Amino acid sequence: MTTTAAAVAGGPRTGVLLQDRRFKYWLIAPAVLVMLLVGLFPILYSLVVSLQNVTLFDQDYSWYGFGWYEFLFEDDRFWESMWHTALITVIALPTELIIGLLLARMFLGNLRAKPVFIAIILLPSVVCPIVVGAVWRLMFDTRYGPITHFLSWVWGETIEITWVVDPTWVYPVILVAEVWQWFPFMFLILLAALSNVDTDLTDAAEVDGAGFWTTFIRISLPAIWPVMFIAILIRGLDLVRIFDIVFVVTKGGPGTFTETTPIYMYITGFHQFETSYTGAMVFLVIVLLSIVVVTALRRVEISR
Amino acid sequence: MGVCVVVLVVAFPLYWLFIMAFKSAEEMYSVPPVYWPAEPNLGNFIVLFSGINEDARTFLNSLIIATSTTIITMILGTMCAYSMARFRTGGHNFAIWIMSQRMLPAIAIVFPLFLAFAFLDILDTFPAIIAVYVAFNLPFAIWMMRGYIQDIPIELEESALVDGCTRWQVLYKVILPMARAGIFATAVFTFIFTWNEFVFALVLSNKDIITYPVQVTGYFAVQQTYWNKVGAMSILGSIPIFFTVIFLQRYLVRGISMGALKG
Repeated sequence: MTTTAAAVAGGPRTGVLLQDRRFKYWLIAPAVLVMLLVGLFPILYSLVVSLQNVTLFDQDYSWYGFGWYEFLFEDDRFWESMWHTALITVIALPTELIIGLLLARMFLGNLRAKPVFIAIILLPSVVCPIVVGAVWRLMFDTRYGPITHFLSWVWGETIEITWVVDPTWVYPVILVAEVWQWFPFMFLILLAALSNVDTDLTDAAEVDGAGFWTTFIRISLPAIWPVMFIAILIRGLDLVRIFDIVFVVTKGGPGTFTETTPIYMYITGFHQFETSYTGAMVFLVIVLLSIVVVTALRRVEISR
Repeated sequence: MGVCVVVLVVAFPLYWLFIMAFKSAEEMYSVPPVYWPAEPNLGNFIVLFSGINEDARTFLNSLIIATSTTIITMILGTMCAYSMARFRTGGHNFAIWIMSQRMLPAIAIVFPLFLAFAFLDILDTFPAIIAVYVAFNLPFAIWMMRGYIQDIPIELEESALVDGCTRWQVLYKVILPMARAGIFATAVFTFIFTWNEFVFALVLSNKDIITYPVQVTGYFAVQQTYWNKVGAMSILGSIPIFFTVIFLQRYLVRGISMGALKG
């Protein structure tokens, strides 16, 4: 395939080679231009502004050096927000993975009405995250929510839990909403990967007396690992950027108890108007994430 | 059996949102909760489209933004993907750069953009937000389309070139018809991503171009949540998504995984 492509590009029709060269760059030019404007500009701009001392009301563009970065390293609220983000990621990611994997395993066999079931399970992942937040605010409503009602029924007496205000329960609520929305993504990818595992191999292993777990760990897992790695990568990066669901469910509250880094950035930038400080945070986060992304993408070599 | 239980647990919250939109005010705020409204009440929907029409307007805004974004993204993305698939333009590093664009946190990108748009006085305008959405969706569209184009046999293009077609004609007359299914699926996903997007819309809109997710969050007030509005608007906003899942299920695996499985 690639050799024929090269042949077409350069091969016998050498007369059009020069024209082809321009042609291929003309094709990518508009897309690259838009992505540079919207993708690269913010990085450079936040770097510049982070070295100045600007607030939204005080347009003082004199140089301030690295003061905001020093401030960033001493800002407890920033590090706490990093910790909140990490906490959500570390719990939600394995949960989604395990539920997705178990469910994919259940769906491997012949099942009646399989497409219908899959369609229903997929719905949360394609619905707007704001709607998902709304759904779980409804479900966990202190007085009118079905979960409170159900637990009261199980308990035998009326329970009153202020789910999204009580520090004990805010994280579980956020995690339930997040996992409910995204385990279908894991499920779908892992189902596709597991369906491609050669059944001859797993059957042979079972005939040879290997148990379910041995077969899974020795044969299925290595076979689906490349795909699973990508799924974990995509979801991990999504979780680190978690904003929408927290914004709807708690807005970072009570106090700053569930404030994730993206929420904190939003508050410093748009509520406290600390332009330069937000710029420093934006730049630091973009650099950290870019390093992770590029390293990971190189490892998986998805651009074969 | 186990599967049925899982499906019920997954589906119940959506069911709950759905019937919430059809409840009367008394049923909405009753203890214990009402699990099936006595009679479906369409009032919550009717109120969206009467009076000042603010809520209906946000759906129109979402539609304008998502449609324009999808069309522009597909044109630019298909061109770029074709160049990468056939001429390996930019090579490995270019492909990684494009992918890394997608992974940048929206909230980090949007802050400098907000300042720049405020400076240029283009906040709260359609062209500005559409440009942002195009850039945001391009990596996905390029990635998907590159995979689809690689699947098209190259011999067709070769013979078209021999027959005297220009390169642009090859793209237009050979690739576009052959990649129709892929273009359609990618376009649908681009539409959904844009339709659902929240962070850019929250920051870059003020009053003229407010989209429906931003409008919904406005009804979560500090003291009281307007569940009638939240329910009805969420259902209306999710209808296009539900139809997509039902009719395009076979494209979903590839779309949701960003085409990463095939590479």
